[in-house]
This record gives sequence, C-alpha cells and structure tokens, in this order.
Amino acid sequence: MTYFKDISEGIKTTVSGLKLTMKHIWQARKSRSTVGIEQENYFKQDTGIVTLQYPFDSFPVPDNGRYRLDNVIEDCIVCDKCVKICPVDCIDIEAIKAVEDLGLTSDGSPKRLHAAIFDIDMAKCCFCGLCTTVCPTECLTMTKTYDFSEFDVTNMNYHFSNLSPEQVLEKKQLLEDKKG
Amino acid sequence: MAVLIYLITVLVCVLVVFYAERKLAAFVQDRLGPMQTGFYGTFQAIADLLKMLQKEDIIPQKADAPLFKIAPILVFVSVFVGFVAIPLSPDFVGAPMRNGLYFVLAIVSLDIIGLLMAGWSSNNKYALFGAMRAIAQIVSYEIPIGLSVLAVVMTCQSMDLQEISFQQGIWANEFGGNTTNYLFGLKSLGINTTDIGGILTWNIFRSPVLFIAFIIYFIASLAECNRAPFDIPEAESELVAGYHVEYSGFRFGIFFLAEYAMMLLTGFLATILFLGGWNTPLPNIGNVPLAAWTSGAPGTVAATIWGVFWMISKTIGLLLVHVWVRWTFPRLRIDQLMHLCWKVLTPISILVLFVSGIWRLLMV
Repeated sequence: MTYFKDISEGIKTTVSGLKLTMKHIWQARKSRSTVGIEQENYFKQDTGIVTLQYPFDSFPVPDNGRYRLDNVIEDCIVCDKCVKICPVDCIDIEAIKAVEDLGLTSDGSPKRLHAAIFDIDMAKCCFCGLCTTVCPTECLTMTKTYDFSEFDVTNMNYHFSNLSPEQVLEKKQLLEDKKG
Repeated sequence: MAVLIYLITVLVCVLVVFYAERKLAAFVQDRLGPMQTGFYGTFQAIADLLKMLQKEDIIPQKADAPLFKIAPILVFVSVFVGFVAIPLSPDFVGAPMRNGLYFVLAIVSLDIIGLLMAGWSSNNKYALFGAMRAIAQIVSYEIPIGLSVLAVVMTCQSMDLQEISFQQGIWANEFGGNTTNYLFGLKSLGINTTDIGGILTWNIFRSPVLFIAFIIYFIASLAECNRAPFDIPEAESELVAGYHVEYSGFRFGIFFLAEYAMMLLTGFLATILFLGGWNTPLPNIGNVPLAAWTSGAPGTVAATIWGVFWMISKTIGLLLVHVWVRWTFPRLRIDQLMHLCWKVLTPISILVLFVSGIWRLLMV
C-alpha cells in the first residue's frame, strides 16, 4: 500500500528535518571565531553561527592582501614608474626638479625631485599591485585598510604630496631662477 | 477591562513571538538575527512596529475602497473576539460560556470573510489568488480541527473551556462537576491520578489517543494560521504576498497582528484542549506536592498568577514549535496540501474520534 508507506515516510522525513534544524538551533550557542585564512583551523570550524558583526569585529587580512594604497612621501624619489605601469592611470604625479639638496630616502637613495602633485584615485584603482612592485624605494605599498568608502567620489582621490600650493609655487620659482 | 487585559496579553505575546521567530529563524540558518536595537536586538519588534505605523496608508485607485479599508479590521476583530472565551486562569475568563469552544471555532471562521474581502477588493490578481487559496485551505482544515476537537469534547463531556481546564488538574472537582482521573484514562489500572495532577492529568494523558488528536490539531492549526509549510495563501515566490499584497502601513500591521493573534488563539486553544490549560505540568509525588506548590487554589491571587504563567508559557512554547516547523519545511503545493487534509488528516481524525469514544467508556 503506497498510501500507508507515504504516510510513514512523511512522518520519518518530517522528524529528521526537525532534528536537523534543532541541531542547528543547539549549535547556535557558539559563534565561529574570527580566524583568518592563513590560520591553521580556518577550515575546521563547520558549526555555530557564521555571522561576523562586521564593524565591531572583522577577519584578519592576509599579509599579501591588496587593499588601499599608501605612499610614504618622505621615501619617494618621484621616479614616475608607478604612473607608467598603472593599467588604469589612477596615479597622477607632477615633479619639480629640486635646486637644494633633498637628502636621502630611508634606504639610501638620493632624492632629487619635489612631488608637487602625488594623487592616487582609489576610485579608479584596480588593485593589481603593479605600482608597488615597480617602486624602487618601496615607499608605495598596499595597506590592510579595505573599508574606505566615501559619500563623495572625489574623496576617493588621495593626495600624498607634502607641499602646499604656495610651496609649489616657491619651488617652481627657485627652479626658474636657477635656469635663468 | 477584560478587553484591555486580553489586548495587552495578545500584543505582548505577539511581540515576544515575533522577536523569538526572527531569532530562531536566524539560529536555524546559522545567523545571529537582529542584534543592534537594544540588548541582543530585543527592541527590534517594537522598532518595526513603530516603523510600520509611520508608513503611508496606500489605497489603490482601482480598489474597492470601503471593503479594502474594512477588511483588515474585520480579520483582526474576528480573531480577537475568539479570545473572549479563553480562560487565562481558574478565576479569569472574559466571558464564561457553556459552549465556549463552539463559539471560538465559529467566530474564528469569520476571518476568512475578511481575507476574501481583502483579496477581492484589492483588484489585484495575486491578492485574489491568495484569498482564494486561503479560503480553500482554511475551510478544508476546519474539518480535521473540528474532528480532533470533537474527540476532546467527547472525552471531557463539555464544551466549556473553563470546565475542560479544570478537569485537567488537581482542582478537578472545584468547578462543580465530579471528575475522577485515572492514569491513561484506564479505570481498570486502578491508579487514581486526580490528586496527583500535573502532566498526568492533561488530556493527552487522560486519554492517550488524544495525543494523536493533538498532532492533527497542531498540523491543521498551522494551516489555519497560514503558517509555513502551509503558507500557500501568501507564498512569496508565487504570489508576492497573497491577499495583503496591496496593503501598507497601519492596515498591513493589522493583518500582521491578526496573523500572529490567530497563532496565539490556536495555541491557547491547543493548550486548553490538550495540554492542561492553566494547570501546572508538575505532579504531586508522594510527600512532595509539586502541583500544589506551583498552582494556587481557585479564588486566590496565587491561582491567577500561576494560571496566567503556565497558560502563557505553554502557549509560547507551542508557538516556538510553530516557528521551528516553519523554518524547517518547504512550502507544500496546493494539491499536496489538499491531499494531506482530505486524504490523510480527515480519515485519521475520524478514526481518532471513534477510538476516543471507546476510550471514554474505559474512563468511567
């Protein structure tokens, strides 16, 4: 009789379904801990609540993660290599030849140029990381900051130049004077 | 006064169940659920309520405005009126009625008129489909509900919900009747449980066949409340939202409240009919009168407090099972739904009715 077989199968599957969900309710006592992908037990947590309460809690970012770019302008020799390699042209540099001695970067390279403009538009950036590999002084790096959304897209353009507009004019004037 | 007490009870229970539902749903799916509003998201239900009240009350231009406006109120009123016969404690019942059970079942059937009104007057195909499905489903499932309830009536020999409640505890003879409870309703076993009380004198133990009636009642009550897996009247994936698809703001809130109030009403009814009503689940064991400790003699303040406590907690417990079931099973197809009602639940409930009639003979 398929009728009674159906009923008994219906009861059985109903009970096993309820057991399964009850198991999950029971396991919901614990949340999974926030271990990063690099840690040993990342794939070993298969029970408990998966939700990560993001702004209060976040996963550790891997060391080779590619997120927001950062430039340490004191170490930058304004070589323009990053601009040339960038596939999406998101870096904008304007250099001014220095008349005075600018000193050395932290790895000993001599600095000869002022960066009048050193802008990176993170809204355009495709996070390929090529600029960081070509950077000779390793002043341009990818940081672990990934939550940098803005209400105004123009705020995504980061300015790294350490010269004020007046200083830029002054440096240009000095260069003109020397040429002249 | 009684109206206010019931209204507050309903609102508080609805808020509790609504919050519990969201949390349990989250836990079933390994999520956390609401966490931000208040400690552990406890004020989420209130926040949602306030949000809903602020929304615009939209009435579609082509809708039948008078019917459209009155439908949610009719649905809620007809569900809410059902509470009047529910005894919350030995001393508190809105309207003591000899045929309270009949009244509840009759008045609750009224709400399908409200559902059809809402669906039809919306002038929307999804709403109309939803309303038609709701009616087909609710009318069908009233048969297994009626038959399983009839089994209880046969066992208790009463339609008075307060009398049915009294029979299931240690105060069995305080109501005027002369009740003697035997273990599993078998007089020949010779174990008199009238003074033991607790879970042993609940209807599901007074007559074990009523346990099957309880299961049938529970399944059918899921369908009566349009709850998953029987939520085809408001199947989101097919009908957007069913009969209340055109409603917004306060009127939608009323529908929502009515749906949860309906769950609560069927939960109360299940508690009274099968799970001992306001009686304590703890039995008197020898020299340890647990039942006497956890319930007061009728007429005392303790009786009201314990009665309301047990009644509400049993009902909330049942509603949590509703939620558990909802988040476990996928929605049934309409033919499967009708198959379950007419070909499975109805024959079994007729059988249960027959057996419980015979069992009643063993009880006296």
